[in-house]
Amino acid sequence: MSKLIFEESVKGRKAVSFPKPSQAESAYATIQLPKALAATHPVELPEVSELDVIRHYTRLSCKNFSIDTHFYPLGSCTMKYNPRICEKTAALDGFAGLHPLLPQLRRGEALTQGALELVWDTQRLLCELTGMSGFTLQPMAGAHGELTGLLLIAAYHKDKGNTRTKVLIPDSAHGTNPASAAIAGYEVISVPTDAHGDMDLEAFKALLTPDIAAVMMTCPSTLGLFERNILAIAELAHANDTLLYYDGANMNAMMGYARPGDLGFDVVHLNVHKTLSTPHGGGGPGAGPVGVKESLLPFLPTSIVEKDALGKYWLRYDRPKSIGYIAPFYGNFAVLIRAYTYLLHLGGNGLKEATEYAVLNANYIRAKLKPYYAEAYSRICMHECVFTAELQMKKGVRALDIAKALIDEGFHPPTIYFPMIVHEAMMFEPTETESKETLDRFIEAMIRIAKEAEANPDSFAEKPLTTEISRVDETKAAKAMVLKA
Amino acid sequence: MSFTPHTLEDRDEMLATLGVSSLKELFADIPKSAHLAKLDMPDGISEQEVYDRLHALSHKNAHELTCFIGGGFYDHSIPSAVDTLSSRGEFFTAYTPYQPEVAQGTLQAIFEFQSMICRLTGMDVANASMYDGGTALVEAALMAIRSTNRPRIIVAGGLNPIYRRMLDTYTRNLHIDMEELPVDEGAVDRVKLASLLTDQTAAVIIQNPNFFGTVEDFSDIAAMAHAHGALMIASVYPIAMGLIKSPAEMGCDIVVGEGQSLGLPLSFGGPYLGFFAVQKAHVRKMPGRIVGETTDRHGNRCYVLTLQAREQHIRREKAASNICSNEALCALRATIYLSLLGKQGLTDLAKTCMTKAEYAKAQFAQIKGVRIKNSAPTFNEFMLELPCNASDLVAELIPLGLIAGFPLGRYYPELQNCLLVAITEKRTQVEIDAFVSAVKGLLK
Repeated sequence: MSKLIFEESVKGRKAVSFPKPSQAESAYATIQLPKALAATHPVELPEVSELDVIRHYTRLSCKNFSIDTHFYPLGSCTMKYNPRICEKTAALDGFAGLHPLLPQLRRGEALTQGALELVWDTQRLLCELTGMSGFTLQPMAGAHGELTGLLLIAAYHKDKGNTRTKVLIPDSAHGTNPASAAIAGYEVISVPTDAHGDMDLEAFKALLTPDIAAVMMTCPSTLGLFERNILAIAELAHANDTLLYYDGANMNAMMGYARPGDLGFDVVHLNVHKTLSTPHGGGGPGAGPVGVKESLLPFLPTSIVEKDALGKYWLRYDRPKSIGYIAPFYGNFAVLIRAYTYLLHLGGNGLKEATEYAVLNANYIRAKLKPYYAEAYSRICMHECVFTAELQMKKGVRALDIAKALIDEGFHPPTIYFPMIVHEAMMFEPTETESKETLDRFIEAMIRIAKEAEANPDSFAEKPLTTEISRVDETKAAKAMVLKA
Repeated sequence: MSFTPHTLEDRDEMLATLGVSSLKELFADIPKSAHLAKLDMPDGISEQEVYDRLHALSHKNAHELTCFIGGGFYDHSIPSAVDTLSSRGEFFTAYTPYQPEVAQGTLQAIFEFQSMICRLTGMDVANASMYDGGTALVEAALMAIRSTNRPRIIVAGGLNPIYRRMLDTYTRNLHIDMEELPVDEGAVDRVKLASLLTDQTAAVIIQNPNFFGTVEDFSDIAAMAHAHGALMIASVYPIAMGLIKSPAEMGCDIVVGEGQSLGLPLSFGGPYLGFFAVQKAHVRKMPGRIVGETTDRHGNRCYVLTLQAREQHIRREKAASNICSNEALCALRATIYLSLLGKQGLTDLAKTCMTKAEYAKAQFAQIKGVRIKNSAPTFNEFMLELPCNASDLVAELIPLGLIAGFPLGRYYPELQNCLLVAITEKRTQVEIDAFVSAVKGLLK
């Protein structure tokens, strides 16, 4: 158990020193805020040395499982290796030290040509990757991209005079889809999944009424399955002037094989922290760029980077139909530098290869675990495979128990209890950057756990046994509400 | 290069396990008519070649100019230990701490972050962070609408104009009325505010220091808002909290802000860090992740994501917000930064910024035709009224190696002659003097 940084505090101890005013400047130190405005007491920050801080956070870091330390097959999160070249380019002084307001000065774009070129070129590469006509890089996360996409869809319908109040979303969708639709002002209608894991086409037809603004789909779906009815769904939707939204959470399964734009999607968001390998950071920062077909270009957020006839890059703010400001500036720029670096480094051939091996690895796990665990749907999967703990449940061993047992085997657990339509779901996404040896060790561990569930189901309640802390009391956390020190 | 470790033997053995003969067969579910022949993108290049390309791009940016621009985003110094610690792979290659037994590092760091934000703002509860200061403010407005079940928001004229535009974007489809107080560098217009406040007002939003640099005690505004059952929302600059009375003491219900100043590079606009804090009564309406303290089976103190019943993965379309991720790594940097700064360090740093800014104000005030426009106290940013167009002046000074500030005419046509100047601890007296004499020279 670690002390909190506040508990390491010793009165009067200091860490780093900051610049101080010069002698001439110090003459103005007498100017102070009036009493009514002034702080009544110093902010109670810890009083520690620099070494205290280094040791404290180094120790904390060692309590985490991470891609760098463990196989991390967390489904729908695409925990692939984060190449270090991307960290190096993002930290270049010419990017890190750049103030975002510079291009808003008169002729200020000349001061930021390199950054604007990077944004423009990333927009272009993402268009090619997804088959879309234009991109905004402003959304700062996947869910932020969803909201942006829905605001674009709302603007499209409003411009056409369409009255649309509802959005169709499959019951397998990630929770952010309905939440984003609600925040964009839409009512959400859920579409069921059929017995083979595809969207129920007949149910979809019945629900596709004239008030449907959009269908939000994840493709491959959160079941890890390619949506085989996609072309029919697109045709039906478009005949109804309903737009098709692509949640890009699973784009790692399709690079170089198919593009959302070619499948009929009108709006796309990508999770660059998944597909394009920017670090997950313990839960952000990510980036969720949004691409659109030509009919939605006028509505893209302010601003967009364009290239003039002389090859100069500039920001277009004068866009009367734009939905406005989604972010203060140009999105999570340093995250986008990493994505751009990754795109150039892998190239078209490398991206396709990444997809191929991501799908191979997922199917390998699927094939090897099939004799021991029940599949949610028995089909070739894409980049992830979904099992259920139903067989183990007969002995009282739940998906949660299997997850905790995996920790003792030295692996990060899969995503569990999602998608919600699969009882006791366990979703494995190995990604392309894991070797066959790692997968084999993981598979052996899963088989050992299945056998243990059969032979000794009671042993699971205690797991994990190898970590510094055991299972935590979540009810107590919610009840006691100790949310700060 | 695709970072795939498979040998050809591995590949063939794995394909054989699956009973398929080629990788392509795994993609049979994709309709043939939609199969892509080839991405129209160059093939991959080596790490060195990528670096050279990015390095060349970075050199096309004028980052070496001396920067007097703030506008909510400041050029503060960042201690080396912040970079060292936040670049540990155990932190930055982990994900959201869903499995607390193997994520105590991230969870405890977030708990410490929440604690520090509470201490900075004086508030009861803070969340694990938001995307940035702008989206944090939008979420605060939406939360006030939800909490009060009222449709109107009153916005002070001193709010960052970019955030003001963001509020419009996000509320356009939601039947919310935005009501404006006049743009003024100084105090909020209390008379106008009183005329707008009704039992339909969900919240009053102010910024402190305001966009023009002026610091204000808004305790009476909070009291006016509360008298009408409306919430008080403030967007604050965290470094200024070293000198300014806390927003909690001024009566705030929701405090948000941009945390970029807390150890994050400017990086052309992101990633940044939104912070979000509320009084305890509002915690269940608060968006975003929250970490709470608890114990494990053996009674050991530990940390876990809590109050998740507010969130989208449980509540779907009924959730408090659509937010899934936060800016955990940025929050970690802020936590490390504030630890290094320490109790006395924050006060000292804030004092240094203010003292240097007062020095600069005094020097500018001596130039004929130049006036400090702020009629009330400022912190580290102020507004110069010039006898010429501010954009012209900024353009003239760029060849001398300095970015003089932000010309306010960009967002306020009536302020064409006004320049917003920010001073941080990084600006030396030599740089300030050079700036002042350059302005003097130009105006001769």
